[in-house]
Amino acid sequence: MSNIKYILGSFGDPDEMMHGIEKLQENNIKIHDVYTPMPIHGIEAKLGVKRSRLDIAAFFFGITGTLTMLTGVYLATVVDWPINIGGKTHFALPDFIPITFELTILFCAFGLVGSYYASTHLFPGRAPRVMDLRATNDRFIIAVDAKENTEHTKIDELLKGAGALEVKYNERKYISYE
Amino acid sequence: MSGHNESILREPLITGKDITYAQITDDILLPVESKPNKAWWIGFILSLCGATLWVVAVGYTFWFGIGAWGLNKTVGWAWDITGFVWWVGIGHAGTLISAVLLLFRQNWRNSINRSAEAMTIFAVICAATYVVSHMGRPWLAYWVLPLPNQFGSLWVNFNSPLVWDMFAISTYFSVSLLFWYTGLLPDIATIRDRAAGMRKKVYTVLSFGWNGNVKTWQRFEAVSLILAGISTPLVLSVHTIVSMDFATSVIPGWHTTIFPPYFVAGAIFSGFAMVLTLLLVARKVLGLENYITMFHIESMNKIIILTGSIVGVAYLTEFFIAWYSGSEYEQYAFINRATGPYWWAYWMMMTCNVISPQLLWFKKVRTSIAATWILSIVVNIGMWFERFVIIVTSLHRDYLPSSWTMFTPTWVDVSVFVGSIGLFFTLFLLFLRVLPSIAIAEVKLLLKSASEQAKLELIKDGHLDKEHVAEYVESLEKFDSVKQEEYAKI
Repeated sequence: MSNIKYILGSFGDPDEMMHGIEKLQENNIKIHDVYTPMPIHGIEAKLGVKRSRLDIAAFFFGITGTLTMLTGVYLATVVDWPINIGGKTHFALPDFIPITFELTILFCAFGLVGSYYASTHLFPGRAPRVMDLRATNDRFIIAVDAKENTEHTKIDELLKGAGALEVKYNERKYISYE
Repeated sequence: MSGHNESILREPLITGKDITYAQITDDILLPVESKPNKAWWIGFILSLCGATLWVVAVGYTFWFGIGAWGLNKTVGWAWDITGFVWWVGIGHAGTLISAVLLLFRQNWRNSINRSAEAMTIFAVICAATYVVSHMGRPWLAYWVLPLPNQFGSLWVNFNSPLVWDMFAISTYFSVSLLFWYTGLLPDIATIRDRAAGMRKKVYTVLSFGWNGNVKTWQRFEAVSLILAGISTPLVLSVHTIVSMDFATSVIPGWHTTIFPPYFVAGAIFSGFAMVLTLLLVARKVLGLENYITMFHIESMNKIIILTGSIVGVAYLTEFFIAWYSGSEYEQYAFINRATGPYWWAYWMMMTCNVISPQLLWFKKVRTSIAATWILSIVVNIGMWFERFVIIVTSLHRDYLPSSWTMFTPTWVDVSVFVGSIGLFFTLFLLFLRVLPSIAIAEVKLLLKSASEQAKLELIKDGHLDKEHVAEYVESLEKFDSVKQEEYAKI
């Protein structure tokens, strides 16, 4: 048994890489992940990545902001320290629309980006899990788990047939780890 | 994406021959990965002198109080708020480019959004410092926050536009920062994977562990779109609220309902002018002519004509309404603006903001780099005068003629303003050296569809309408980064 952990198909062109994904899938070879220097449209459907629910999260974060500001202002201007300004109503809603809007946006943005970082495990100082250093530059990488998919020569042929510029056999999962 | 071709009628967004993905990375990271050249050092040292002046002037203000400024009992707001509104306005272009143009699917935003957003952040920092220094006791700046305090639970006045402004500016700043930084993550990862040693360690921390897998990219796009969706009303709200600082008062010349749209248009106008001022120099010095092309410059110029004309219409409308209102105070305020002791400021504003940008209707002017650069500076001078006119000329002759006066800035006023420009450029020049000035990943998206070389391939393939090709080739004439010989052969 070899020590090869991952087989990487390194493509120079996104269309060829998409072709490579199709080839592998036609042959029932499971793809571990794909690493690209830019977003590839339509790839999530191919790889069965589910639709993001971040929009729903964003909505609820936003609503939280709206309610926080309305509640806060109500407590301050009606309950805690009502001020009579020419006999006008204490809770002067039109005046509070700008700040309520701002807090909605603030909560929505921070909640959204926070959930995004949490769900994709992004945080300052996290060790990057990189399989190929050129995946952030000019290569489009398809990674296949070599232990699960044992027909290495076939994978090699399929990847090269689809236009892979090189096929790498990595004995370590993440080369970025020291 | 690359499966289908873009119409030949669209002008290319990336010019040059043999551009590859690797080439894009190399070109954009060149200033980050190499030692700065002489031009950068000269600019940086000059800006640093300005920033030092700013520290001295603001420090002087903190120490001696705002009596160091030229304010008096009639003109209680002058250069400080002028500078504040000017900088906030400049900041608007970044979010407009990154958010509004994303929603409108304007792909030309991809190569200018990064530096425009950086500019936004630095401009808002400059703006915020005016607010803090005008507080007199800046160490009590947290009093603007709605915190229950030691005098009992007396709250900030939630009915006041100044409090709204605090919410607007701080939300705008922090959301812009989030948007900008999230967009930077993939590009920081690119630098990280090419670096070694200490640099690698620093960029590793900054990259948050980005590795560009499918799920991260998919979520990234969702996040960008939602952030764009919420930033669009946000950016409009910010200058609307800034305008309410004036419009909700009862000062003749300020008390007008036209202010919000007029201020927003003015903000976009001055913001795009500042983007042009910076990028026309940056593209030359950093050698980015292939990515920030004549098409980008012309498009920005078109936005400048549009917003400049909106501002012009607003000036005229103000005059008309002052007359139509029948209010003699309102009428006097406007006649005093145009013919009173500050007439020169008013006409400076009119010339720079309304008259000279009309030159951009001429294609020769808006596709000339020198003319565009000069006009962009003229616009920013005009926009500074606009705020000065609105603020100082409305205040200096109030209801009591016995208290009529003029405003004269002190050296501290001038130094805070000149210094803030130095601070802005210092931050921008540092940004150019440590972070990619163009969104690398986003430009790569355009390579296969919207680049000159992809379109040249299409032309060589045949199958295209001859008239369309001729129109396309003609549109390339204005590009300074396109070699015409290639097309002469076809």
